[in-house]
Parts: sequence; C-alpha cells; structure tokens
Amino acid sequence: MSTLTLDRDEVVRLAALATGDEKHEASSYSTLDALLVLYGRVLHVDPSDPGWEQRDRFILSKGHGPAAYYAVLSWRGFFPEHWLPTFTRQGSRLGSHPDRLLVPGVEASTGSLGHGLPLAVGVALALRAKGADQRAVVLTGDAELNEGSNWEAIMLAPQLGLANLTLVVIDNGSSTVDLAPIHERLAVFGWHAEQVDGRDHAALEAALTARHDGPDAVVATVRSES
Amino acid sequence: MIAMRAQAIDTVADLFERDPRVAVVLAEISLERFAPVFARDPARAVNVGIMEQTMVGVAAGYALEGFHPVIHTITPFVAERGLEQLKLDFGNQELGVLVIGVGGSYDYGSEGTTHHSPGDVQALLTIPATQVLVPGVAAEADRLVRDTYANDRITYLRTQIVTNREARPVELGRLLVERRGSRATVIAVGPMLDRTLAATADMDVTVLYATTLNPFDADTLGRELAGDDVVVVEPFFAGTLAAPVSEALRDRPTRLHFVGVPRAVIRDYGTAEQLDHVLGLDAAGIHRQIASAIG
Repeated sequence: MSTLTLDRDEVVRLAALATGDEKHEASSYSTLDALLVLYGRVLHVDPSDPGWEQRDRFILSKGHGPAAYYAVLSWRGFFPEHWLPTFTRQGSRLGSHPDRLLVPGVEASTGSLGHGLPLAVGVALALRAKGADQRAVVLTGDAELNEGSNWEAIMLAPQLGLANLTLVVIDNGSSTVDLAPIHERLAVFGWHAEQVDGRDHAALEAALTARHDGPDAVVATVRSES
Repeated sequence: MIAMRAQAIDTVADLFERDPRVAVVLAEISLERFAPVFARDPARAVNVGIMEQTMVGVAAGYALEGFHPVIHTITPFVAERGLEQLKLDFGNQELGVLVIGVGGSYDYGSEGTTHHSPGDVQALLTIPATQVLVPGVAAEADRLVRDTYANDRITYLRTQIVTNREARPVELGRLLVERRGSRATVIAVGPMLDRTLAATADMDVTVLYATTLNPFDADTLGRELAGDDVVVVEPFFAGTLAAPVSEALRDRPTRLHFVGVPRAVIRDYGTAEQLDHVLGLDAAGIHRQIASAIG
C-alpha cells in the first residue's frame, strides 16, 4: 500500500493542464479526492510496471471527465506530465474517456455508463479464481447508478460473496432520480456500505481501506466542485 | 444425433477441463448441460441469473485477467440485448469471448417475436474483427469451437435446431466446394446446405458451403466462381452477407442474389421447419427463389 503525501494542490495543477472538456469539469473534479486517496494511500500499484500481476485493479466506470484521473495517474508516474496538455487533441492518448490500450495504468476502457461495475465483478471473480488476494475497485457516479446494468451487478456481487470488490460511488448530487440515501440502498442488497465526506481524505482512506466478508461500498458525497 | 447446442456445450466442458484459463459465464440458460464445469471448478463458472448485460460484462472481467470466457444464452438476449456490452467490453478493448447462441432466427418459433433473432449476425458483424461461425451439424460445431475458443477476439457460434445430415471437414475461414457447375454459384450457409443441395439437384450450378462468415473466404469464391450469378442462401436476414460477398467479388462483374429470412417481423408460430416452409426456406422454396434469380 502506498503512503504518499497527498499533494492535492499538485494534482489540481496537473488536472488544470488537461483542458478542452469543460462540459465534464464538474464531474472530473468531484472524483479528484477519492482518486488521490486511492492512488496515494490505498491501491497497490507500480507505475513502472502497470501490468504488475500483484497490483490492485481500479476501474473508472464513470469514464467521462477523466482530467482528475489522468492527473492522478501522471502524479503517480504512469505517464509524463507533458501528455496532459494534449488532452482530447488529435494524436493524443488522452481522450474524454479513458482507453486502456492507450493510457498506462488504465485497466478498462470506459465511457458508456453502466459497464464498469459488471466488469469489476468479473475481475474480482477472476482474481479469486487465480487465488490472488488483490482487490478490484470500481468508481461510479450517483447519476450513473440510473443505468440498470449497475443494479444487476449490485444484486449479484453480494450473492457471490465478493470480499475483494469495492464500489466507490461519487455522489455529487447529479442524479435525476433521487437515490438518497445511496449507502442504505446498497446495504439492502447486502453490501457493506458507508457514506463519507468525499473531500475528507482521512475518512476516505479509512473507508476505502476497510475490508469485510462481502463486497464493500463507499459513497463519497461531494457537494462542491473544487 | 446430438444437437448442435448440446455438442457446443460438451466441447466447452471438455476445454474447461483441459485449459485452466477457460471460464464460463451463464445467464440461467443450459445450466444442466453445463453442470460438469460447475462441479469441476466453480471459481471459473458462474451463473449470474437473468442478467444478460452483466453476463457479458462479467465475462469481460475474466478476459481482462487473461481468461478465455465463454458465454451462452438464447440468441436475441446476447446478440441484441448485450450488443453494446460486446462492442465496448470486448470489441473496443480487443478482448476475446466465445459467444454460443441458441435459437438462431426462429428456432423458438412457438415463443413468438421476442425470441426471434434473424438479425443476430448482421448486428454482430458491426463489431470489427468479430468472428462468426455457423456450423451445419454438431461435429462441425465441435471442430470450430476447439479452433477458436482461445483466439482473443469475439467469436460468435450460431447453433440451430435444424441441421444437415452429415458433417463436412470444415476449416476455419474456408469455403468448401460441394458441387461444381457452370451456370451460377450458390453459397449455402451452415444448416442451409442440405436443403440447398436438394433445391439445386437439377441445376448446373456450383455449390459452396460456408461455416465461417468472418473472415470470409474470398479466395475460394473467386477461384470457384461459375457463371455471372451468385446466390447466397442464408439462415438469417436475406442480404446479411452482402458486404463480405460484394467485397470478395469487387473485381468480378456478377449479379448477387440473397435467399434468406425476409426482413419483416414474423408473426406466425410453429416449429422451425414449419416456419422454414412458410418463409420459403425449405428445399422447394429455395429452389423457387434460385430458379427465379438465375433464370
């Protein structure tokens, strides 16, 4: 596990280099602190070897607004800072939705909402089949939970006893359908779910580090855009 | 004679036993036949319930971790309902999966329109590099599954109830020459072969047998081309193979004709054989259509 100093100002600076996708700016910045804590304190990863077999797997299901994601990956050293200003430009590796075949450290290509959680369930099953103790962590948005495929996987994961799966929901209040309280809804389906302040690094780290005997969910509430 | 679907499942069970990288993800369908894989290693076999989109996504998770997933259900529920998952989770990410569909076109004739899928192959061919296999009998399904299960691309195996009588020595990506003639070329796809041979028994035509639709064997078609007319007899929507056949013949002046499932909602009920007759896809109907096409 990493124990890096969480240099939020540096990640904000890096994210600001990735311009050109202003329509997704709010979405991007809502994930920033959770991503910073995950990559700085929680996930086992090796930026010098993105395919390291012992790594934890992270899937950004909410693929839109990936500026913060790219900033965090660059901060950790998966790719150089000078890639960031190329964001969304012709010839760049960094599009408005991440492509695992183009960006080191990206586990799954995402963008169409509702795909990441079923994928993560499969990754968790596969890790279990290998006898590996790594985790699969997947991040969705609250509005993304409108997609029915998420609820298929939400029903399934507890049934499969996937203790190596963690769902992070960034709740920035963007869902048209009122899902509150999301963590209680998830708990009904059998998840170990808790709600934390999505800007509180200590609370995020504690929640994201916790492991139980079934799938975990951390609902990170974010109501400010910066 | 073992059914094509049962054979495909048994072949997967055998591969599951031999290759620890094979994983099976199901959505309630064919659980009994797949029982040996659950007994062998439940960590690589999962029934997700009636969740076809999640079946595809979970399988892609296995593929991301280096497994060779196999998924299976009634054709429209994977080829159409799960199409975006197949496109994005597998196609765009260059991951492999073997998709075994059962009930192609109107095999579940008594179930009505919700269970029909004559557009399955056309839909799946919109995903680049997807391999499409349409065997005519169980033994051919066995051969094609063994050749493709670990090819790291989307491979769709279309199984049907009505089959040919005898297996041919099929090869992946190859057209077989069944008969040589001079007036026209007829391409029979999978289970359409026996009835096409019967329909053309009194015609001076070349008959080619197709079980791999993508990649399409342009070399054999070009070499064996007879006459100026090419008729494709398809077990799915007529014209599904228009693109690959046209591409294969781009330098040859030919008239193309397609005999297949009419592009309309099928409101009738009955067995697959009965609907074949109603839709003009039994031997008599195929004879009529080929005769009309080539004059």
